[in-house]
Amino acid sequence: MLQINKLTKRFGDKTAVSSADIFIDKPAMIGVIGRSGAGKSTLLRMLNRLSDSTTGKIEFEGEDITALRGSAKRDWQSRCAMIFQQFNLVPRMDVVSNVLHGTLNKRSTFATMFNLYPQSDIHRAIEILDRLGIAEQAPKRAEALSGGQQQRVAIARALMQNPKIILADEPIASLDPMNAQVVMQSLRTIHEEDGRMVIANLHTLDTARRYCDRVIGMRDGRIVFDGTPEQLTTGVARDIYGASADFSEAATSTEIETLDTSKLRTAEAYA
Amino acid sequence: MTDISLSGPSPTVASIQSSYIAQVQRRRLYGGLTLLIFVVLMVSGFNIADDRNAGGFWNGLHQIGDYPADVLSEAWEKRADLPALIVKFFPALVETINIAAVSTLIGAICGLFLSLLGTRGLARWPRLIPVFRRISDIMRAVPEIVIALVLIFILGGGPVPAMIAIAIHTAGALAKMFSEVSENTDLKAVEGLSSTGATWSQRMLLGVLPQVAPNYVSYALLRFEINIRASAILGFVGAGGLGYELRNSMAWGPGRFDEAAAIFILLFGTIVFFDQVSSRYRNRLTEGQGQ
Repeated sequence: MLQINKLTKRFGDKTAVSSADIFIDKPAMIGVIGRSGAGKSTLLRMLNRLSDSTTGKIEFEGEDITALRGSAKRDWQSRCAMIFQQFNLVPRMDVVSNVLHGTLNKRSTFATMFNLYPQSDIHRAIEILDRLGIAEQAPKRAEALSGGQQQRVAIARALMQNPKIILADEPIASLDPMNAQVVMQSLRTIHEEDGRMVIANLHTLDTARRYCDRVIGMRDGRIVFDGTPEQLTTGVARDIYGASADFSEAATSTEIETLDTSKLRTAEAYA
Repeated sequence: MTDISLSGPSPTVASIQSSYIAQVQRRRLYGGLTLLIFVVLMVSGFNIADDRNAGGFWNGLHQIGDYPADVLSEAWEKRADLPALIVKFFPALVETINIAAVSTLIGAICGLFLSLLGTRGLARWPRLIPVFRRISDIMRAVPEIVIALVLIFILGGGPVPAMIAIAIHTAGALAKMFSEVSENTDLKAVEGLSSTGATWSQRMLLGVLPQVAPNYVSYALLRFEINIRASAILGFVGAGGLGYELRNSMAWGPGRFDEAAAIFILLFGTIVFFDQVSSRYRNRLTEGQGQ
């Protein structure tokens, strides 16, 4: 289904992603973990074609994604939705308009300028918002919403694209633990109910363990682990994060349950 | 295709949908009406203006290229003289650039003080903020050419009145741009300095200027480009420099168009040159900010 071959990205003399090989045969929920600067974001941005790869190839259902140009590239981007850490909504526009931006690839600039979205699209946008539990926020401006609600608007925009793949770049990194849970659960539900592939960059181990079918670990631009959550032992995690033996899992946790008081102190010590 | 997990939209969703659709339709109606009014006003306004025009827009449109064609053809005939003419007018160009440089420098210094004194949170005397703001409004509202004409009447022709005129306008314009930058400054450093007992000028010098300097310099360079053009134009009213020579050769009519062409080349080359230099320098300043 999705095949990534020797994908490399260099910025000057710095290699952000170094010949990554990933093969995914069926829609799954995949977590990419690693330290900041390990190349997780760069990998996702290359998949969405927000940035071009230096060398290597991405193939989706037999189609060479890295070779797409112009409108073919934009068509791919509409089939491969992206969710960002900072939500990346248009803050001054209302929630439904932000969700309708998911259809921009099918609309002309003229129709967009005069806000001429078909009524069926508007209905569908509000139904998606309802599915994510934020339909009441529909007429509000995006900037008036809390972080967790804004991230759900971003997910609704992604769903509006009706994509095969949803890429999530640190979707919960700027959310509090409760909202993080809601957002991750939404992504999991979307994967299970719609059968869409979800690839999420996460920087916490337990989130990856809890929500993902498969975990890919990156360190300094290289893929150092690729397997099921069960195979992800503390020793492997130490390798991925480059930590020493006193590495504690709570140090990378955002879940409420895992943080009892004693571990909380450890977490603060390593924060 | 549907990707909705619910069996069907619940009644609340239906009501949200219909109220949102109503809102969209209202917005489209207002938008359409605004567009219609805009088009009607533009078309009717243009027709009125065209009726009152002595020559008429459509009658004169085909003659638009005649004058440049005359200048160019005459300049081409006398192209052998051009290098000599460029050398001849070079001192006038230096005068024009000097006027622009001195007036930008003086204007930027005045604008700096006006902006710091007129920005909320930074002002020395907060109650006088409106006074300093109105002063800079007035300085920027009066066109350079008006100030220059008055000063030439008092002081006689020459570069000094032009310099004062441009400096006044520059001070007003830069005070506005500078104060927009300083409104966004981070006041934490200023607070830290005042906690040590620093005076107002020390706080501004050490707390504000390091933060805003790249933007200030960038605006001042932009203003320098504008002032080169302004000082060339002021030459037309007798303030010396390249503009004065240009008016003489253009007013003379056919016969001295080669001089006009030489001056145009000088002016164009200078503006391109300073535009390139200052944009490169401004880019370096803004990019270097992060480091």
